Amino acid sequence: MDPPTPSPVSSVPAPLPVKIPRRSDHHRWGDRIFYGLVFAVGLSVIGLALAIVVSLVYSSQQSFRVFGWSFLWGTVWNPTPTDTGPFGVVPFIAGTLVTSAIALFIAIPLALGAAIFLTTHCPRWLRGPAGTAIELLAAVPSVIYGFWGLFIVHPYMASTVEPGLKKYLGFTGLFNGTPIGIDVLTAGLILAVMIVPTICAVSRDTLLAVPQAQKEAALSLGATDWETTRVASIPYARSGIIGGIILGLGRAMGETMAVVMVIGDTDKVPTSLFSQGQTIASLIANELLSNQGPLQISAILEAGLVLLFISLMVNVGARLLVWRVLRGGGGIVE
Amino acid sequence: MMSFDRHARRKLFSHAIAVLSGLAVIAVLYPLVSIVYEAFALGGGVLFQSGFLTSLPPQACSALSCKTVGIGPAIQGTLIVVGMAAGISVPIGVLAAIFASEYRARGVGRVISFTADVLTGVPSIICGAFVYGYFVLYNPTIAYSYYSGSLALSAIMIPIIVRTTEEALRVVPNSTREAALALGISKWKATLRIVLVAAIPGVATGVLLAVMRAAGEAAPLIFTLFGSQFWFNGFNQPGAALPLVIYYYALSGYPNLVKVAWGAVLFLLVLILIVNVVSRLLIHRMRVRMGGV
Repeated sequence: MDPPTPSPVSSVPAPLPVKIPRRSDHHRWGDRIFYGLVFAVGLSVIGLALAIVVSLVYSSQQSFRVFGWSFLWGTVWNPTPTDTGPFGVVPFIAGTLVTSAIALFIAIPLALGAAIFLTTHCPRWLRGPAGTAIELLAAVPSVIYGFWGLFIVHPYMASTVEPGLKKYLGFTGLFNGTPIGIDVLTAGLILAVMIVPTICAVSRDTLLAVPQAQKEAALSLGATDWETTRVASIPYARSGIIGGIILGLGRAMGETMAVVMVIGDTDKVPTSLFSQGQTIASLIANELLSNQGPLQISAILEAGLVLLFISLMVNVGARLLVWRVLRGGGGIVE
Repeated sequence: MMSFDRHARRKLFSHAIAVLSGLAVIAVLYPLVSIVYEAFALGGGVLFQSGFLTSLPPQACSALSCKTVGIGPAIQGTLIVVGMAAGISVPIGVLAAIFASEYRARGVGRVISFTADVLTGVPSIICGAFVYGYFVLYNPTIAYSYYSGSLALSAIMIPIIVRTTEEALRVVPNSTREAALALGISKWKATLRIVLVAAIPGVATGVLLAVMRAAGEAAPLIFTLFGSQFWFNGFNQPGAALPLVIYYYALSGYPNLVKVAWGAVLFLLVLILIVNVVSRLLIHRMRVRMGGV
């Protein structure tokens, strides 16, 4: 029952002394112009996305006319002074996938471990600084990672890590070739360092979004910290964590500078982890300027279109997964 | 007794995981420590030479006595090209974010924020490649110039600014908007003078982060800004930039140029880490203030 509220308007006999502002034409025109402005600028963001696609599609036409769809499964990339090709994108798709796979293999356990530490085991005072330090890793420019990889990681890989891997794990066949430290393994390692902060930050955020009640329920049944994480937190956050991993994958596949200095720039499908290779991104960085002619330029930009397509797929998928958890609709998948 | 053993084993396993996860944090942070340490160890002596930040780069040479100053043109070029990119992308990013956040009821706003989200995932080298595609086709004479370089960087900055500004605008409580409109202020004035002003710390942080991101990008500049050994010589000319200096000198093979690159690495690294820490503090302070409302 609401107490009856006396209407102040009806109790005043005379009209209000305050002039009630009316939506004048002036207002409406201001609003309309402003709306038109922000609307147009907003559309320009969509325009930018279209411009990127249109530019790459248009400039890859020449290559498409010559090679057709076989560009997608051509395994030979042959830039010659006559500029006749053939050009096929497979070596670079292979290089991109191999380096990204290595990066994920190294980064996932580390990033998840760090995220679990930050959300569960970390003393409160350390939580802020440790989280910030991991986020700072994401702020370091990729060219600095590449530079560090070339001058610090590469000699160490060549002198210690790779001979060791060859000696003890050589029987797997993964480590054939000469361990010179400039290869897809080193590129994958540098990429791992770069994508750890992405995976870690998203996993931490989704783990933090797990309702306290769910964790307390597990704890009250006598679960240890790890069991709580395993049965209560990780299943709840699973699609967010997977989303974070896919975001990291997207970053790894599109990364240029961290890869280009340590991968060895060889236009062939890598046959072992010690092979020199080339990713699509490093191909663009290496050969767009040193091209042999318009057909090669066109083929390189067509490879760029392939990269754009792959990374858009990956990113859209990842974002849909992350949104599902963070927007509260998440919960246990299945 | 059996159950106690089992309990102890479970406890022990849980502790082991805790220790392992702590070790993971150390492993994750090791590269940051290593990069900062090596940058100071190998770039410190170079960076603190007099005139390093204001001189032309040295000739490539391999003797021990070779000069290792400086990175003046690179700093100048980075300032100019990032400044131009900010001039393009800040107004576009902020206005687009206003549309996406303040006119959200209409479906287009959602499409725009989704597009911006997806654009943040476009590889930076693609941002350079698409600008290269246009310029090579339509205006090859200025393909390698500050114009194309700043356009490529804008394509990276715009989505970041849209996302961060949109988030900053969304933190502004709805009651603020309603109070302004109830006073009879028209929507556009309320948006620009009240909502946007309330969100300024968040917007500024986003712009700052976008600027630092652009300042560290080398990939989109390789075939747009191109790189140069000389001072600024016109907007339609190729220019120098810090990340390009690091990239080119790393691959040059000349010891003195590699040393210059280490100095540039240290300079860029310190600058970016400081700006990041400061802007994080700004965000934190804003959150505390907003939480208090």
